Amino acid sequence: MKGLLLAVAGLTAAFLSSASAADKLDPSCSSCHALAKPTDTSLDRLLARKGPDLWYAGSKFNKDWLVSWLQDPKHIRPAGYPYFKNIKKGDKHDEPDPSKILAHPKLNKADAEAAADALMVLKAPDDLVPAGAFKGDMKGARMGALAFIKFRGCVGCHQGENGEGGLSGPELTDAGTRLQPDFIAAYISDPQRFDPHIWMPTANLKDLDIQRLTAFLAQLGQGGK
Amino acid sequence: MKTQMAAAFAGLVLLLTAPTSHAEQSIEQIYGIYCVQCHGLNRNGTGINVPSLSVKPRDHTDAKSMGDSSDEELTKAITEGGLAVNKSVLMPTWGHVLSEDQIKDMVKYLRKVCKCGT
Ligand code: HEC
Ligand code: HEC
Ligand code: HEC
Repeated sequence: MKGLLLAVAGLTAAFLSSASAADKLDPSCSSCHALAKPTDTSLDRLLARKGPDLWYAGSKFNKDWLVSWLQDPKHIRPAGYPYFKNIKKGDKHDEPDPSKILAHPKLNKADAEAAADALMVLKAPDDLVPAGAFKGDMKGARMGALAFIKFRGCVGCHQGENGEGGLSGPELTDAGTRLQPDFIAAYISDPQRFDPHIWMPTANLKDLDIQRLTAFLAQLGQGGK
Repeated sequence: MKTQMAAAFAGLVLLLTAPTSHAEQSIEQIYGIYCVQCHGLNRNGTGINVPSLSVKPRDHTDAKSMGDSSDEELTKAITEGGLAVNKSVLMPTWGHVLSEDQIKDMVKYLRKVCKCGT
């Protein structure tokens, strides 16, 4: 009972602390996106979800990318979200069903800038995305490319270099412009810490692998390819 | 800062009190989320990711090849991934995502799908 009271009190606090940032976003955003850390960690929530969580957006995205994407939102997840609701049987293999993949709301410049500002305030706790999770050594990028395509099987679910790869995970062809390197390193070490039940497996990667993969992804879409 | 701490604490409390198992979820639904991406809606190794996989995912409806694998091998492959049973790394490690009970149920479910083995 005491636990429950505490939980309720904490819940209110959590709600209040993020409310100010979330308030600046159009209320429609929260109908598809969690803007505060959800307390419901059940699989049911994943099944009912209409869009990816944004409660740690400020630690995940590069702001410039947000501003331009919100004005011209191209698909990131080739099979929409969640993929398993938008696929159909094809001749040789299953295919995304384009009729089920909706276009994202588009914002004008001013609204996109305001939304990006509000989203950048939504930071992950320090222990979820530790500053310096990526140690910054870009020399590992080539080994990272090999790990991505071959040794760790990432390409099975993600499009990487040249847009080649699987369709059930987000495209990473422009990961470097879209995502913060510390986020990449933290996410690939344990995706379920961000998103319980998400269908990216935890590969039990060693830190060396994590650093190399992050270096590889951080330079994708940066114009250097 | 204070609110953040309260929030973090509440999260902890909730984490501790929230039901950790989700046994209500049918194993078919679990297959539909995690396995269909590669093994396909038909469960025969034809998921949406197949064009980018250099090794074909196992056809779970194939009584012959599935019958050749013991329950232990299937459990190990699902929990620790393809590499643990000398197969491709493209078969991922699910031990961190699914519970032991869910994996046990999954093996039973696969036996139903292939109509083979024990
Ligand atoms: C009808 C539901 C819906 C609404 C309303 C909506 N979104 Fe989205 N949003 C989605 C979906 C689905 C995706 C995933 C798109 C993709 O991957 O191609 C997405 C993706 C995003 C992303 C990228 C997230 C990521 O992890 O890649 C951002 C940022 C975003 N939305 C911001 C917003 C903002 C800001 C608003 C309010 C102005 C908004 N969305 C309104 C459904 C919605
Ligand atoms: C079985 C499919 C699968 C495999 C294999 C896989 N991922 Fe993922 N990955 C996903 C899914 C699903 C998400 C999150 C989807 C979402 O939030 O919409 C994800 C998210 C990510 C993200 C965050 C991107 C974003 O926009 O949210 C990164 C970075 C990433 N994966 C890298 C990797 C790397 C590196 C590997 C190899 C070690 C890998 N993934 C293997 C399915 C996979
Ligand atoms: C990223 C794609 C991918 C996903 C997701 C995936 N698999 Fe696989 N799976 C494969 C591939 C590829 C093989 C074939 C490996 C080989 O033959 O070397 C395989 C093989 C298997 C095998 C046969 C292992 C053996 O010992 O012969 C089983 C059992 C299996 N998968 C179960 C599952 C289950 C259960 C899930 C969902 C929890 C799942 N797979 C998700 C790609 C995948």
